[in-house]
Amino acid sequence: MNIKTPLDAKQIKKLKSGDEVLLSGVIYTARDQAHKRLCEVINSGKKLSFDLKGQVIYYCGPSMAPKGKIIGSCGPTTSRRMDEFSEKLLAKGLKGMIGKGGRSQDVRAAIKKHCAVYFLAYAGCGALLSKYVKKSELIAYKDLGPEAILKLEVKNFPLIVGIDSYGRSIYD
Amino acid sequence: MREIPADKIRVAVSNLCAKANFSLRKDVLQQLRLAYKKETNKKAKKFLAAVIANAFVAEKEKIAICQDTGLPIVFLEIGQDVRIVRGDLKQAINKGIEDGYRKAYLRNSIVLDPLARGVSKFGPAIIHLDLVKGKKIKITIFPKGFGCENKSQLKMFKPTVSIEEIKKFIVEAVRSAGADACPPYIVGVGIGGTADYSGLLAKKALLKPVAGIKIRKLESELLKMINRLNIGPMGLGGKVTCLGVNIETAPTHIAGLPVSVNISCHALRSATTEL
Repeated sequence: MNIKTPLDAKQIKKLKSGDEVLLSGVIYTARDQAHKRLCEVINSGKKLSFDLKGQVIYYCGPSMAPKGKIIGSCGPTTSRRMDEFSEKLLAKGLKGMIGKGGRSQDVRAAIKKHCAVYFLAYAGCGALLSKYVKKSELIAYKDLGPEAILKLEVKNFPLIVGIDSYGRSIYD
Repeated sequence: MREIPADKIRVAVSNLCAKANFSLRKDVLQQLRLAYKKETNKKAKKFLAAVIANAFVAEKEKIAICQDTGLPIVFLEIGQDVRIVRGDLKQAINKGIEDGYRKAYLRNSIVLDPLARGVSKFGPAIIHLDLVKGKKIKITIFPKGFGCENKSQLKMFKPTVSIEEIKKFIVEAVRSAGADACPPYIVGVGIGGTADYSGLLAKKALLKPVAGIKIRKLESELLKMINRLNIGPMGLGGKVTCLGVNIETAPTHIAGLPVSVNISCHALRSATTEL
């Protein structure tokens, strides 16, 4: 199945846990420290530097881009570390998360509540996945180095639906 | 005394960084191929094909196997008839790490202060020095990813514990890692020594060839038990949760029995050279 970002409820509702999908469009990288900061911004009542509505966050801190390449190795990192931050971002309109491994029951409930989706990317296949990234632009938190937020444009990025909008998990 | 200039060590370390991160270990690749043949879960099999393809892309295009290029751990065996000249050994190693990581476009994943965090750097490496016979230096670099390092476990057993309880602890450590740490895993186990030393043994166990010809009985029993967990490649379920279990043991105290488990993701990377 092919899907395009930004995601809307109609697209999301079609996705079932275990489905293999090819995702195209813009996604944003963010991992531990970027999540902490994004949530601090939300808690302080300020506006985020980019709109999360319908967007997809990829739990990824790529290795450096070799000369002549768009991006370095860029596989997913362990999603569970982001669990405590996810509900806040979902409440701001985030619709998709990409990572590896399981999620907490709270995140699962939040995914259902906000009609969102959690995808699994091929774990430990960063070199291969770099082939699907067509553009990369640093948009926030440069000081975080590999944990900065990048706006990526991907084409046919291979994913598996981990938790669907009905709260069903592939690991059940 | 044989003299080895510190700079030679720096260059060797630098080259090993690239080698370890671009070229998946042959023993690991071999086990992945066997896993691909064995696996019957269709999605898991497709994933294993991607893992093998990833290794080829990394090697061919000189791009890191995994974006988590690890916390660099350096094991050094220094012959007692060697004298390191024209420079400081540890500085040479850490400069080698920085050169190597920078040149190979690897990731700067190290924060100098574990609490304040701050800007991440390429090093320093964790360095383990061992003095051995002879006049050579053997250098191994082991970039350990932290997705799997986070799943490490230690238990101080009673000396009267049954082997079944030890096995259960090891299998449970893998069960609790679940899908999170990039299965299929390679499981390193350290038994004996002290709390800290068993951890080092578990890590060193990962440096031994995976599923070598002479698998010990305990290792093969554990491998079978772990593969019955049905975690499977990428946690998708299936026959292959683990590619191999390596155990290192050491003498310990009459009052105790430390057991450490150090799990590696399927991208188990290390490279060795001798000067």
